[in-house]
Amino acid sequence: MATNQVVLDVGGLRMRYGTTDVLHDVNFQAKQGEVLCLLGPNGAGKTTTIEIMEGFRMRSAGRVEVLGTDPARGDEHWRARVGIVLQSWRDHGKWRVRELLEHLGLYYAAYSTTSIERPWNAEQLIAAVGLTEQADKKVRMLSGGQRRRLDVAIGLVGRPELVFLDEPTAGLDPVARRGFHELIEGLVDEGETTILLTTHDLSEAEKLADRILVLDGGRIVADGTTAELARQIAGQDEVRWTRDGQTFRQSSSESTRLVFELFKQHGEAIENLEVRRASLEDTYLSLVRQAESGTGQAGKTNKAEEVAR
Amino acid sequence: MNPTAMAWRAGWSRGLIELRQSLTNGGDLFNHFFWPVLMLIAVFFLRDVSFGQSGFSLGALALPSILGMNAAMSMVSMSQQLTADREDGTLLRSKATPNGMAGYLLGKIISVSGGLVVDLAIFLIPGMFLISGLAIGDPGSWLTLTWVLALGLVATLPLGAVLGSVFVSVRSQGLLTLPILGMIAISGIFFPLTVLPEWVQWIAQTFPIYWLGLGMRSALLPDGAAAVEIGESWRHLETVGMLGAWAVLGLLLAPIVLRRMARRESGSSVAERREKALQRIG
Repeated sequence: MATNQVVLDVGGLRMRYGTTDVLHDVNFQAKQGEVLCLLGPNGAGKTTTIEIMEGFRMRSAGRVEVLGTDPARGDEHWRARVGIVLQSWRDHGKWRVRELLEHLGLYYAAYSTTSIERPWNAEQLIAAVGLTEQADKKVRMLSGGQRRRLDVAIGLVGRPELVFLDEPTAGLDPVARRGFHELIEGLVDEGETTILLTTHDLSEAEKLADRILVLDGGRIVADGTTAELARQIAGQDEVRWTRDGQTFRQSSSESTRLVFELFKQHGEAIENLEVRRASLEDTYLSLVRQAESGTGQAGKTNKAEEVAR
Repeated sequence: MNPTAMAWRAGWSRGLIELRQSLTNGGDLFNHFFWPVLMLIAVFFLRDVSFGQSGFSLGALALPSILGMNAAMSMVSMSQQLTADREDGTLLRSKATPNGMAGYLLGKIISVSGGLVVDLAIFLIPGMFLISGLAIGDPGSWLTLTWVLALGLVATLPLGAVLGSVFVSVRSQGLLTLPILGMIAISGIFFPLTVLPEWVQWIAQTFPIYWLGLGMRSALLPDGAAAVEIGESWRHLETVGMLGAWAVLGLLLAPIVLRRMARRESGSSVAERREKALQRIG
Protein backbone atom coordinates (compact mmCIF):
# COMPACT_ATOMS: atom_id res chain seq x y z
CA MET A 1 0.00 0.00 0.00
CA ALA A 2 2.73 2.43 0.97
CA THR A 3 4.57 3.88 -1.98
CA ASN A 4 8.15 4.99 -1.68
CA GLN A 5 7.34 8.63 -1.70
CA VAL A 6 8.45 10.27 1.55
CA VAL A 7 5.65 12.40 2.93
CA LEU A 8 7.06 13.23 6.33
CA ASP A 9 10.73 13.79 6.87
CA VAL A 10 12.08 14.88 10.22
CA GLY A 11 15.80 15.15 10.90
CA GLY A 12 17.69 16.44 13.91
CA LEU A 13 14.56 18.08 15.30
CA ARG A 14 15.11 19.97 18.53
CA MET A 15 12.79 21.98 20.66
CA ARG A 16 13.77 24.06 23.62
CA TYR A 17 11.54 26.03 25.98
CA GLY A 18 13.71 28.40 27.98
CA THR A 19 16.49 26.21 29.23
CA THR A 20 14.63 22.91 28.98
CA ASP A 21 15.05 20.72 25.93
CA VAL A 22 11.75 19.06 25.14
CA LEU A 23 12.93 17.34 21.98
CA HIS A 24 16.49 16.23 21.33
CA ASP A 25 17.51 15.10 17.90
CA VAL A 26 14.27 13.50 16.71
CA ASN A 27 14.55 11.65 13.38
CA PHE A 28 11.94 9.76 11.43
CA GLN A 29 10.22 9.47 8.08
CA ALA A 30 6.85 8.37 6.81
CA LYS A 31 6.01 7.17 3.35
CA GLN A 32 2.84 7.77 1.44
CA GLY A 33 -0.02 5.59 2.65
CA GLU A 34 1.67 4.62 5.90
CA VAL A 35 -0.02 4.79 9.27
CA LEU A 36 2.51 5.95 11.78
CA CYS A 37 1.83 5.92 15.48
CA LEU A 38 3.68 8.05 17.95
CA LEU A 39 3.66 6.44 21.39
CA GLY A 40 5.10 7.75 24.59
CA PRO A 41 4.40 8.66 28.20
CA ASN A 42 2.98 12.04 29.21
CA GLY A 43 5.47 14.80 28.67
CA ALA A 44 7.48 12.79 26.17
CA GLY A 45 7.07 15.47 23.52
CA LYS A 46 4.41 13.86 21.33
CA THR A 47 2.16 16.88 21.15
CA THR A 48 5.08 19.23 20.59
CA THR A 49 6.30 17.06 17.72
CA ILE A 50 2.91 16.88 16.09
CA GLU A 51 2.28 20.61 16.50
CA ILE A 52 5.59 21.40 14.84
CA MET A 53 4.58 19.25 11.90
CA GLU A 54 1.15 20.88 11.77
CA GLY A 55 2.86 24.24 11.45
CA PHE A 56 1.38 25.46 14.74
CA ARG A 57 4.66 25.66 16.61
CA MET A 58 8.12 26.89 15.73
CA ARG A 59 10.99 24.48 16.25
CA SER A 60 14.32 25.42 17.78
CA ALA A 61 16.44 23.52 15.29
CA GLY A 62 16.44 20.71 12.77
CA ARG A 63 14.83 19.89 9.47
CA VAL A 64 11.14 19.17 9.04
CA GLU A 65 9.46 18.53 5.74
CA VAL A 66 5.78 17.78 5.48
CA LEU A 67 4.59 17.01 1.95
CA GLY A 68 7.85 18.48 0.74
CA THR A 69 7.37 21.79 2.53
CA ASP A 70 8.73 23.23 5.75
CA PRO A 71 5.56 23.62 7.87
CA ALA A 72 6.95 26.80 9.43
CA ARG A 73 6.63 28.30 5.94
CA GLY A 74 3.60 26.35 4.78
CA ASP A 75 1.25 28.48 2.69
CA GLU A 76 -2.49 28.11 2.27
CA HIS A 77 -2.03 25.65 -0.56
CA TRP A 78 0.05 23.42 1.69
CA ARG A 79 -2.55 23.86 4.42
CA ALA A 80 -5.21 22.54 2.04
CA ARG A 81 -3.32 19.25 1.64
CA VAL A 82 -2.98 18.62 5.37
CA GLY A 83 -5.83 17.42 7.58
CA ILE A 84 -5.81 18.02 11.30
CA VAL A 85 -8.16 16.24 13.63
CA LEU A 86 -8.36 18.53 16.61
CA GLN A 87 -9.47 17.69 20.10
CA SER A 88 -12.73 19.51 20.12
CA TRP A 89 -14.43 21.03 23.04
CA ARG A 90 -17.50 23.06 22.33
CA ASP A 91 -16.68 25.08 19.22
CA HIS A 92 -19.37 25.61 16.58
CA GLY A 93 -21.99 24.33 19.03
CA LYS A 94 -24.80 26.20 17.29
CA TRP A 95 -23.92 24.86 13.85
CA ARG A 96 -25.62 21.84 12.38
CA VAL A 97 -23.43 18.94 11.32
CA ARG A 98 -24.09 19.17 7.57
CA GLU A 99 -24.01 22.95 7.59
CA LEU A 100 -20.58 23.00 9.24
CA LEU A 101 -19.05 20.42 6.91
CA GLU A 102 -20.47 22.12 3.84
CA HIS A 103 -19.13 25.45 5.06
CA LEU A 104 -15.63 24.20 5.85
CA GLY A 105 -15.56 22.38 2.53
CA LEU A 106 -15.96 25.70 0.69
CA TYR A 107 -12.44 26.74 1.59
CA TYR A 108 -10.97 23.69 -0.16
CA ALA A 109 -12.83 23.97 -3.45
CA ALA A 110 -10.11 26.19 -4.91
CA TYR A 111 -7.47 23.57 -4.19
CA SER A 112 -8.75 20.68 -6.28
CA THR A 113 -6.16 18.98 -8.45
CA THR A 114 -6.53 16.65 -11.42
CA SER A 115 -6.12 13.63 -9.14
CA ILE A 116 -7.81 14.88 -5.97
CA GLU A 117 -11.21 16.48 -6.05
CA ARG A 118 -11.75 18.79 -3.10
CA PRO A 119 -13.74 19.06 -0.92
CA TRP A 120 -15.26 15.76 0.05
CA ASN A 121 -19.00 15.87 -0.65
CA ALA A 122 -20.61 16.63 2.72
CA GLU A 123 -23.33 14.03 2.38
CA GLN A 124 -20.90 11.23 1.51
CA LEU A 125 -18.51 12.29 4.22
CA ILE A 126 -21.28 12.28 6.80
CA ALA A 127 -22.22 8.77 5.70
CA ALA A 128 -18.58 7.68 5.81
CA VAL A 129 -18.22 8.73 9.44
CA GLY A 130 -21.63 7.32 10.33
CA LEU A 131 -23.42 10.53 11.23
CA THR A 132 -26.23 10.37 8.69
CA GLU A 133 -28.88 10.36 11.38
CA GLN A 134 -27.28 13.33 13.09
CA ALA A 135 -26.70 15.40 9.94
CA ASP A 136 -29.30 18.00 10.90
CA LYS A 137 -28.53 18.03 14.59
CA LYS A 138 -26.78 20.88 16.28
CA VAL A 139 -23.18 20.08 17.09
CA ARG A 140 -23.66 20.68 20.81
CA MET A 141 -26.35 17.99 20.92
CA LEU A 142 -23.96 15.24 19.78
CA SER A 143 -22.63 12.59 22.16
CA GLY A 144 -18.90 12.36 22.85
CA GLY A 145 -18.37 9.63 20.27
CA GLN A 146 -20.45 11.40 17.63
CA ARG A 147 -18.58 14.62 18.27
CA ARG A 148 -15.32 12.79 17.75
CA ARG A 149 -16.59 11.42 14.44
CA LEU A 150 -17.43 14.95 13.43
CA ASP A 151 -13.90 16.04 14.37
CA VAL A 152 -12.55 13.35 12.07
CA ALA A 153 -14.93 14.42 9.32
CA ILE A 154 -13.73 18.02 9.68
CA GLY A 155 -10.14 16.81 9.46
CA LEU A 156 -10.97 14.93 6.28
CA VAL A 157 -13.28 17.35 4.51
CA GLY A 158 -10.50 18.72 2.31
CA ARG A 159 -9.42 15.21 1.24
CA PRO A 160 -6.01 15.63 2.82
CA GLU A 161 -2.96 13.73 1.69
CA LEU A 162 -1.70 13.62 5.25
CA VAL A 163 -3.75 13.51 8.44
CA PHE A 164 -2.63 14.32 11.96
CA LEU A 165 -4.57 12.83 14.86
CA ASP A 166 -3.52 13.82 18.36
CA GLU A 167 -4.90 11.34 20.89
CA PRO A 168 -8.03 10.72 18.87
CA THR A 169 -9.72 8.28 21.23
CA ALA A 170 -8.96 9.95 24.56
CA GLY A 171 -12.12 9.87 26.63
CA LEU A 172 -14.12 7.58 24.36
CA ASP A 173 -16.01 4.56 25.64
CA PRO A 174 -15.05 1.15 24.20
CA VAL A 175 -17.89 1.11 21.66
CA ALA A 176 -17.08 4.57 20.36
CA ARG A 177 -13.41 3.64 20.31
CA ARG A 178 -14.09 0.56 18.21
CA GLY A 179 -16.21 2.62 15.85
CA PHE A 180 -13.41 5.11 15.54
CA HIS A 181 -10.89 2.40 14.74
CA GLU A 182 -13.12 1.07 11.99
CA LEU A 183 -13.40 4.55 10.59
CA ILE A 184 -9.64 4.96 10.41
CA GLU A 185 -9.16 1.49 8.97
CA GLY A 186 -11.67 2.31 6.27
CA LEU A 187 -9.77 5.45 5.42
CA VAL A 188 -6.51 3.55 5.26
CA ASP A 189 -7.97 0.89 2.99
CA GLU A 190 -9.17 3.56 0.64
CA GLY A 191 -5.65 4.34 -0.36
CA GLU A 192 -3.19 7.09 -0.41
CA THR A 193 -3.74 8.96 2.82
CA THR A 194 -0.82 9.01 5.20
CA ILE A 195 -1.75 9.13 8.87
CA LEU A 196 0.21 10.17 11.90
CA LEU A 197 -1.47 9.58 15.23
CA THR A 198 -0.43 9.87 18.84
CA THR A 199 -1.93 7.73 21.55
CA HIS A 200 -1.47 6.28 25.00
CA ASP A 201 -3.43 3.23 24.05
CA LEU A 202 -1.10 0.42 23.09
CA SER A 203 -3.73 -1.85 21.65
CA GLU A 204 -4.87 1.02 19.49
CA ALA A 205 -1.34 1.52 18.19
CA GLU A 206 -1.02 -2.18 17.55
CA LYS A 207 -4.30 -2.30 15.71
CA LEU A 208 -3.95 0.74 13.49
CA ALA A 209 -0.29 1.40 12.92
CA ASP A 210 1.96 0.11 10.17
CA ARG A 211 4.85 1.47 12.11
CA ILE A 212 5.32 2.63 15.67
CA LEU A 213 7.62 5.30 16.99
CA VAL A 214 8.25 5.43 20.70
CA LEU A 215 9.13 8.86 21.95
CA ASP A 216 10.48 9.21 25.44
CA GLY A 217 12.24 12.08 27.14
CA GLY A 218 12.32 13.95 23.84
CA ARG A 219 14.01 11.18 21.89
CA ILE A 220 12.82 8.48 19.54
CA VAL A 221 13.73 5.32 21.44
CA ALA A 222 12.24 2.86 18.98
CA ASP A 223 11.02 2.84 15.40
CA GLY A 224 9.56 -0.20 13.68
CA THR A 225 6.53 -2.41 13.15
CA THR A 226 4.91 -3.94 16.21
CA ALA A 227 6.53 -7.28 15.47
CA GLU A 228 9.92 -5.76 14.89
CA LEU A 229 9.78 -3.82 18.11
CA ALA A 230 8.76 -6.86 20.06
CA ARG A 231 11.50 -8.97 18.52
CA GLN A 232 14.18 -6.40 18.92
CA ILE A 233 13.59 -5.06 22.36
CA ALA A 234 11.69 -7.29 24.67
CA GLY A 235 12.55 -10.23 22.53
CA GLN A 236 11.31 -12.84 24.95
CA ASP A 237 8.30 -14.91 24.09
CA GLU A 238 6.96 -17.18 26.76
CA VAL A 239 6.52 -20.86 25.91
CA ARG A 240 4.51 -23.18 28.16
CA TRP A 241 3.82 -26.86 27.85
CA THR A 242 3.10 -29.94 29.92
CA ARG A 243 4.88 -33.28 29.66
CA ASP A 244 4.04 -36.31 31.74
CA GLY A 245 1.64 -34.23 33.80
CA GLN A 246 4.31 -31.68 34.66
CA THR A 247 4.09 -27.99 33.63
CA PHE A 248 7.09 -26.27 32.07
CA ARG A 249 7.67 -22.66 31.29
CA GLN A 250 10.53 -21.08 29.40
CA SER A 251 11.28 -17.63 27.99
CA SER A 252 12.92 -17.50 24.64
CA SER A 253 13.67 -15.02 21.91
CA GLU A 254 13.40 -17.87 19.41
CA SER A 255 10.20 -19.52 20.42
CA THR A 256 9.60 -21.28 17.10
CA ARG A 257 12.95 -23.04 17.29
CA LEU A 258 12.36 -23.98 20.91
CA VAL A 259 9.04 -25.56 20.02
CA PHE A 260 10.62 -27.44 17.11
CA GLU A 261 13.33 -28.79 19.41
CA LEU A 262 10.73 -29.79 21.97
CA PHE A 263 8.79 -31.87 19.48
CA LYS A 264 11.90 -33.37 18.02
CA GLN A 265 12.96 -34.50 21.45
CA HIS A 266 9.70 -35.53 23.04
CA GLY A 267 7.28 -35.97 20.16
CA GLU A 268 3.74 -36.65 21.21
CA ALA A 269 4.52 -36.34 24.88
CA ILE A 270 4.23 -32.58 24.57
CA GLU A 271 0.77 -31.32 25.48
CA ASN A 272 -1.00 -28.01 26.11
CA LEU A 273 1.56 -26.06 24.16
CA GLU A 274 1.17 -22.32 24.45
CA VAL A 275 3.36 -19.61 22.93
CA ARG A 276 2.75 -16.16 24.22
CA ARG A 277 4.35 -13.50 22.07
CA ALA A 278 5.87 -10.52 23.78
CA SER A 279 3.06 -7.99 23.66
CA LEU A 280 3.50 -4.43 22.58
CA GLU A 281 2.77 -3.49 26.15
CA ASP A 282 5.74 -5.49 27.41
CA THR A 283 7.90 -3.97 24.73
CA TYR A 284 6.73 -0.50 25.47
CA LEU A 285 7.16 -0.78 29.22
CA SER A 286 10.63 -2.19 28.91
CA LEU A 287 11.55 0.57 26.47
CA VAL A 288 10.32 3.31 28.74
CA ARG A 289 12.04 1.69 31.69
CA GLN A 290 15.29 1.52 29.74
CA ALA A 291 15.02 5.10 28.65
CA GLU A 292 14.25 6.30 32.14
CA SER A 293 17.10 4.43 33.75
CA GLY A 294 19.37 5.99 31.16
CA THR A 295 20.42 2.77 29.47
CA GLY A 296 18.48 3.46 26.31
CA GLN A 297 21.37 5.29 24.73
CA ALA A 298 21.59 6.01 21.06
CA GLY A 299 23.63 2.93 20.17
CA LYS A 300 21.04 0.63 21.54
CA THR A 301 18.06 2.32 20.03
CA ASN A 302 18.98 1.51 16.49
CA LYS A 303 16.04 1.41 14.20
CA ALA A 304 14.27 -1.88 14.11
CA GLU A 305 13.59 -1.16 10.48
CA GLU A 306 17.27 -1.29 9.69
CA VAL A 307 17.74 -4.46 11.66
CA ALA A 308 14.92 -6.05 9.77
CA ARG A 309 16.37 -5.33 6.35
CA MET B 1 -12.35 30.25 -8.63
CA ASN B 2 -9.22 31.57 -6.98
CA PRO B 3 -8.62 30.86 -3.28
CA THR B 4 -9.01 34.45 -2.09
CA ALA B 5 -12.36 34.89 -3.83
CA MET B 6 -13.36 31.54 -2.38
CA ALA B 7 -12.43 32.67 1.13
CA TRP B 8 -14.48 35.84 0.69
CA ARG B 9 -17.44 33.77 -0.40
CA ALA B 10 -16.96 31.41 2.51
CA GLY B 11 -16.61 34.33 4.92
CA TRP B 12 -19.75 35.93 3.60
CA SER B 13 -21.74 32.73 4.00
CA ARG B 14 -20.22 32.20 7.43
CA GLY B 15 -21.41 35.63 8.51
CA LEU B 16 -24.94 35.00 7.26
CA ILE B 17 -25.09 31.58 8.93
CA GLU B 18 -23.92 33.02 12.26
CA LEU B 19 -26.39 35.87 11.97
CA ARG B 20 -29.23 33.48 11.26
CA GLN B 21 -28.20 31.33 14.22
CA SER B 22 -28.17 34.30 16.55
CA LEU B 23 -31.68 35.29 15.40
CA THR B 24 -33.14 31.83 15.82
CA ASN B 25 -32.13 30.78 19.29
CA GLY B 26 -33.69 31.81 22.55
CA GLY B 27 -30.64 33.00 24.45
CA ASP B 28 -29.35 35.23 21.68
CA LEU B 29 -32.79 36.58 20.87
CA PHE B 30 -33.18 37.59 24.50
CA ASN B 31 -29.92 39.50 24.24
CA HIS B 32 -31.04 41.16 21.03
CA PHE B 33 -34.21 42.43 22.69
CA PHE B 34 -33.13 43.02 26.29
CA TRP B 35 -31.14 46.24 25.91
CA PRO B 36 -33.20 47.85 23.16
CA VAL B 37 -36.38 47.28 25.18
CA LEU B 38 -34.77 48.62 28.36
CA MET B 39 -33.58 51.68 26.45
CA LEU B 40 -37.03 52.20 24.96
CA ILE B 41 -38.47 52.26 28.47
CA ALA B 42 -35.87 54.82 29.52
CA VAL B 43 -36.56 56.99 26.48
CA PHE B 44 -40.30 56.68 27.10
CA PHE B 45 -39.96 58.20 30.57
CA LEU B 46 -37.66 60.93 29.28
CA ARG B 47 -39.96 61.93 26.43
CA ASP B 48 -41.67 64.73 28.31
CA VAL B 49 -38.70 65.92 30.35
CA SER B 50 -37.41 68.97 28.61
CA PHE B 51 -33.78 69.91 28.65
CA GLY B 52 -33.39 73.39 30.10
CA GLN B 53 -34.57 76.14 27.79
CA SER B 54 -33.58 74.31 24.61
CA GLY B 55 -37.12 73.29 23.73
CA PHE B 56 -36.03 69.68 23.17
CA SER B 57 -37.05 66.76 25.34
CA LEU B 58 -34.37 64.62 26.91
CA GLY B 59 -36.02 61.66 25.21
CA ALA B 60 -35.53 63.14 21.75
CA LEU B 61 -31.89 63.94 22.56
CA ALA B 62 -31.26 60.52 24.04
CA LEU B 63 -32.80 58.39 21.28
CA PRO B 64 -30.18 59.09 18.60
CA SER B 65 -27.44 59.13 21.25
CA ILE B 66 -28.43 55.62 22.31
CA LEU B 67 -28.21 54.49 18.69
CA GLY B 68 -24.65 55.84 18.62
CA MET B 69 -23.84 54.13 21.89
CA ASN B 70 -25.17 50.80 20.58
CA ALA B 71 -23.08 51.14 17.46
CA ALA B 72 -19.99 51.73 19.59
CA MET B 73 -20.91 48.71 21.69
CA SER B 74 -20.40 46.46 18.68
CA MET B 75 -16.75 46.85 19.66
CA VAL B 76 -17.53 44.92 22.82
CA SER B 77 -19.42 42.16 21.01
CA MET B 78 -16.56 41.79 18.55
CA SER B 79 -14.10 41.54 21.38
CA GLN B 80 -16.21 39.08 23.37
CA GLN B 81 -16.88 36.82 20.43
CA LEU B 82 -13.25 36.72 19.43
CA THR B 83 -12.18 35.73 22.93
CA ALA B 84 -14.92 33.13 23.19
CA ASP B 85 -14.03 31.65 19.81
CA ARG B 86 -10.41 31.46 20.77
CA GLU B 87 -11.25 29.78 24.04
CA ASP B 88 -13.50 27.11 22.56
CA GLY B 89 -11.28 26.26 19.59
CA THR B 90 -13.31 27.86 16.77
CA LEU B 91 -10.34 30.00 15.87
CA LEU B 92 -7.96 27.07 15.82
CA ARG B 93 -10.24 25.29 13.36
CA SER B 94 -10.11 28.35 11.16
CA LYS B 95 -6.37 28.31 11.40
CA ALA B 96 -6.27 24.66 10.33
CA THR B 97 -8.36 25.53 7.24
CA PRO B 98 -6.78 27.11 4.14
CA ASN B 99 -7.63 30.83 4.11
CA GLY B 100 -9.72 30.05 7.16
CA MET B 101 -8.67 33.06 9.21
CA ALA B 102 -9.66 35.49 6.46
CA GLY B 103 -13.01 33.76 6.16
CA TYR B 104 -13.47 33.75 9.90
CA LEU B 105 -12.80 37.47 10.28
CA LEU B 106 -14.99 38.47 7.39
CA GLY B 107 -17.75 36.26 8.78
CA LYS B 108 -17.37 37.87 12.19
CA ILE B 109 -17.54 41.39 10.76
CA ILE B 110 -20.70 40.50 8.85
CA SER B 111 -22.43 38.77 11.74
CA VAL B 112 -21.55 41.47 14.28
CA SER B 113 -22.60 44.34 12.00
CA GLY B 114 -25.71 42.49 10.91
CA GLY B 115 -26.62 41.81 14.53
CA LEU B 116 -26.08 45.49 15.30
CA VAL B 117 -28.39 46.62 12.50
CA VAL B 118 -31.06 44.31 13.90
CA ASP B 119 -30.55 45.71 17.41
CA LEU B 120 -30.72 49.28 16.13
CA ALA B 121 -33.93 48.55 14.25
CA ILE B 122 -35.51 46.93 17.32
CA PHE B 123 -34.83 50.14 19.19
CA LEU B 124 -35.33 52.78 16.52
CA ILE B 125 -38.57 51.64 14.88
CA PRO B 126 -40.74 51.72 18.04
CA GLY B 127 -38.73 54.73 19.26
CA MET B 128 -39.81 56.78 16.25
CA PHE B 129 -43.44 56.32 17.31
CA LEU B 130 -42.79 57.14 20.96
CA ILE B 131 -40.72 60.27 20.52
CA SER B 132 -41.78 63.41 18.78
CA GLY B 133 -39.47 66.07 17.45
CA LEU B 134 -37.21 63.80 15.39
CA ALA B 135 -36.23 64.81 11.87
CA ILE B 136 -37.08 61.52 10.24
CA GLY B 137 -39.01 62.73 7.20
CA ASP B 138 -35.92 63.95 5.41
CA PRO B 139 -33.93 61.48 3.25
CA GLY B 140 -30.80 63.42 4.18
CA SER B 141 -31.27 62.25 7.78
CA TRP B 142 -31.04 58.63 6.72
CA LEU B 143 -28.06 59.32 4.53
CA THR B 144 -26.24 60.89 7.47
CA LEU B 145 -27.26 57.99 9.71
CA THR B 146 -25.85 55.55 7.18
CA TRP B 147 -22.46 57.16 6.82
CA VAL B 148 -22.07 57.76 10.54
CA LEU B 149 -22.94 54.11 11.22
CA ALA B 150 -20.59 52.82 8.51
CA LEU B 151 -17.70 54.99 9.65
CA GLY B 152 -18.46 54.11 13.26
CA LEU B 153 -18.21 50.41 12.48
CA VAL B 154 -14.92 50.85 10.67
CA ALA B 155 -13.67 52.73 13.72
CA THR B 156 -14.89 50.32 16.37
CA LEU B 157 -14.82 46.77 14.93
CA PRO B 158 -11.04 46.61 14.39
CA LEU B 159 -10.59 48.01 17.91
CA GLY B 160 -12.89 45.28 19.18
CA ALA B 161 -10.74 42.71 17.40
CA VAL B 162 -7.64 44.17 19.05
CA LEU B 163 -9.28 44.01 22.49
CA GLY B 164 -10.48 40.47 21.80
CA SER B 165 -6.95 39.38 20.97
CA VAL B 166 -5.58 40.91 24.12
CA PHE B 167 -7.95 39.31 26.60
CA VAL B 168 -7.05 35.71 27.29
CA SER B 169 -10.36 34.43 28.60
CA VAL B 170 -14.04 35.19 28.43
CA ARG B 171 -13.93 35.86 32.12
CA SER B 172 -11.28 38.55 31.87
CA GLN B 173 -13.55 40.35 29.38
CA GLY B 174 -15.53 41.40 32.45
CA LEU B 175 -12.72 43.85 33.14
CA LEU B 176 -13.92 45.80 30.13
CA THR B 177 -17.38 46.48 31.52
CA LEU B 178 -16.49 49.10 34.11
CA PRO B 179 -14.39 51.43 31.93
CA ILE B 180 -16.99 51.12 29.18
CA LEU B 181 -19.82 52.08 31.54
CA GLY B 182 -17.74 55.00 32.73
CA MET B 183 -17.14 56.09 29.19
CA ILE B 184 -20.86 55.92 28.39
CA ALA B 185 -21.61 58.02 31.48
CA ILE B 186 -19.38 60.87 30.31
CA SER B 187 -20.09 60.65 26.58
CA GLY B 188 -23.24 62.71 26.44
CA ILE B 189 -25.58 59.82 25.76
CA PHE B 190 -28.29 60.38 28.35
CA PHE B 191 -27.71 64.12 28.84
CA PRO B 192 -25.81 66.66 26.76
CA LEU B 193 -22.09 66.80 27.30
CA THR B 194 -22.18 70.57 27.80
CA VAL B 195 -23.48 70.19 31.37
CA LEU B 196 -20.26 68.43 32.42
CA PRO B 197 -17.03 70.16 33.48
CA GLU B 198 -14.78 71.07 30.61
CA TRP B 199 -12.00 68.62 31.47
CA VAL B 200 -14.50 65.74 31.39
CA GLN B 201 -15.68 66.98 28.01
CA TRP B 202 -12.14 66.75 26.70
CA ILE B 203 -11.77 63.17 27.89
CA ALA B 204 -15.12 62.20 26.34
CA GLN B 205 -14.15 63.76 23.04
CA THR B 206 -11.13 61.50 22.64
CA PHE B 207 -13.30 58.36 22.47
CA PRO B 208 -15.52 57.17 19.61
CA ILE B 209 -18.72 56.83 21.67
CA TYR B 210 -19.21 60.59 21.93
CA TRP B 211 -18.68 61.10 18.21
CA LEU B 212 -21.02 58.29 17.24
CA GLY B 213 -23.67 59.80 19.52
CA LEU B 214 -23.10 63.25 18.04
CA GLY B 215 -23.25 61.92 14.50
CA MET B 216 -26.53 60.12 15.18
CA ARG B 217 -28.02 63.24 16.78
CA SER B 218 -26.99 65.24 13.74
CA ALA B 219 -28.83 62.73 11.58
CA LEU B 220 -32.07 62.41 13.49
CA LEU B 221 -32.57 65.77 15.21
CA PRO B 222 -33.61 69.03 13.59
CA ASP B 223 -30.79 71.50 12.97
CA GLY B 224 -31.88 73.70 15.85
CA ALA B 225 -30.86 70.98 18.30
CA ALA B 226 -27.21 71.66 17.51
CA ALA B 227 -27.55 74.55 19.93
CA VAL B 228 -27.06 72.23 22.91
CA GLU B 229 -23.85 70.74 21.49
CA ILE B 230 -20.29 71.89 22.06
CA GLY B 231 -19.65 74.86 19.77
CA GLU B 232 -23.37 74.83 18.90
CA SER B 233 -22.55 72.80 15.80
CA TRP B 234 -22.85 69.21 14.59
CA ARG B 235 -19.11 69.31 13.81
CA HIS B 236 -19.29 66.80 10.96
CA LEU B 237 -15.73 67.48 9.95
CA GLU B 238 -14.44 66.73 13.43
CA THR B 239 -16.66 63.62 13.60
CA VAL B 240 -15.13 62.28 10.40
CA GLY B 241 -11.66 63.22 11.65
CA MET B 242 -11.98 61.55 15.04
CA LEU B 243 -13.77 58.39 13.88
CA GLY B 244 -11.37 58.23 10.94
CA ALA B 245 -8.40 58.45 13.28
CA TRP B 246 -9.72 55.61 15.41
CA ALA B 247 -10.39 53.62 12.24
CA VAL B 248 -6.83 54.09 11.03
CA LEU B 249 -5.44 53.16 14.43
CA GLY B 250 -7.61 50.04 14.60
CA LEU B 251 -6.87 48.98 11.05
CA LEU B 252 -3.14 49.38 11.63
CA LEU B 253 -3.13 47.55 14.95
CA ALA B 254 -5.65 44.80 14.26
CA PRO B 255 -3.68 42.82 11.64
CA ILE B 256 -0.55 42.86 13.81
CA VAL B 257 -2.32 41.83 16.99
CA LEU B 258 -4.53 39.28 15.24
CA ARG B 259 -1.57 37.69 13.51
CA ARG B 260 0.30 37.45 16.77
CA MET B 261 -2.73 35.89 18.43
CA ALA B 262 -3.26 33.42 15.59
CA ARG B 263 0.36 32.38 15.60
CA ARG B 264 0.04 31.31 19.21
CA GLU B 265 -2.97 29.09 18.67
CA SER B 266 -2.40 25.37 18.76
CA GLY B 267 -4.11 22.27 20.04
CA SER B 268 -2.25 22.43 23.31
CA SER B 269 -3.04 26.08 23.95
CA VAL B 270 -6.73 25.38 23.47
CA ALA B 271 -6.43 22.32 25.73
CA GLU B 272 -4.74 24.44 28.37
CA ARG B 273 -7.55 26.97 28.36
CA ARG B 274 -10.07 24.15 28.51
CA GLU B 275 -8.38 22.81 31.62
CA LYS B 276 -8.49 26.24 33.23
CA ALA B 277 -12.11 26.84 32.33
CA LEU B 278 -13.13 23.42 33.62
CA GLN B 279 -11.37 24.13 36.89
CA ARG B 280 -13.39 27.30 37.24
CA ILE B 281 -16.62 25.47 36.62
CA GLY B 282 -15.76 22.54 38.89
